[in-house]
Amino acid sequence: MTTLPPFQTLLDEHAAEVMGVLRGAVGRADAEDCFQETFLAALRAYPKLDDAANLRGWLLTIAHRKAIDHHRANGKRPLPVAEVAEVAVEDPGPADDGIWELVGALPPKQRAAVALRYACDLPHAEIAAALGCSPEAARRSLHEGMKRLRKELA
Amino acid sequence: MKASLQRLAERADAEGLLDVAYATVDSPFGPLLIAATPRGLVRVNLPAYDPEETLEELAAHISPRVLEAPERLDDARRELDLYFEGKLTEFDLPLDWRLTDGFRKKVQRAIARIPYGQTRTYTDMARSAGNERAVRAAGTACGSNPIPIVVPCHRVLRTGGGLGGYGGGLPMKRALLELEAAEDASRTGGYSKRRSN
Repeated sequence: MTTLPPFQTLLDEHAAEVMGVLRGAVGRADAEDCFQETFLAALRAYPKLDDAANLRGWLLTIAHRKAIDHHRANGKRPLPVAEVAEVAVEDPGPADDGIWELVGALPPKQRAAVALRYACDLPHAEIAAALGCSPEAARRSLHEGMKRLRKELA
Repeated sequence: MKASLQRLAERADAEGLLDVAYATVDSPFGPLLIAATPRGLVRVNLPAYDPEETLEELAAHISPRVLEAPERLDDARRELDLYFEGKLTEFDLPLDWRLTDGFRKKVQRAIARIPYGQTRTYTDMARSAGNERAVRAAGTACGSNPIPIVVPCHRVLRTGGGLGGYGGGLPMKRALLELEAAEDASRTGGYSKRRSN
């Protein structure tokens, strides 16, 4: 039987990173809900977890799943265009040199495509399904998003 | 992030996912870590011991769902504050005894009934727990008390007046007895039955 550390340890060590990834994946406004869902799901499953070797990876996997759920639920509705105007001011993320802040500042479709591809590691077909668009449109959003990020990082 | 974590603790509590809540309380002796289950106060960690180790023990022996949730410990925090100010003579907190069992649990429950400002001997406690000759075991039971201060093992002294032992160190034991104005048995050579409240 593995010894699981107190759950608070997971929060102390990984909560900021999970929040950063979720902000990139679903945007600042919805990240809080996904954050709560992620850690409540983790708490529910935690006592029965067999392997404590990669708790960070486990948490990020749950976060990715919650982000995908969020996009699937949103995919049934038209994307609200009014949300495009986002201000790129964020708390400093713990990792990735602030890349998720830049991702979070992309227009919603590009932002979601980039996050689903690179944070959640989804193939184009699944990104399309999650976003409720064609694979070509998903590919285009991803391409535009990446182009913009490269320009900002250059 | 702080607000998010607080909300998480509240939601976890509401959904029955907060098996062990803990908080830190300031004391004249340093920070105390206190922990509660839904049944009641389960652990008080004296400053002499590493709180991280205690949290790991709680995770191993009760549940790994251990979260910092000071709101869940409001009553205990308030009563401890008042106690250290000398304004509270009797704790009124639900206790969870699951970290102890057998004879030592009997001894510890008897310790919980020693009134404020009074002291007993290890022999008294062995007798109260039903085995007068098990004095050494009674001493061990005092030493393994999971809820010190609230279960006042500092009120148990050696027959003949020695202070005996204390997990938090003898200066702390002496200071707690002085706080309660119990007569210092090491000087008077016996335990006092004087009530100070």
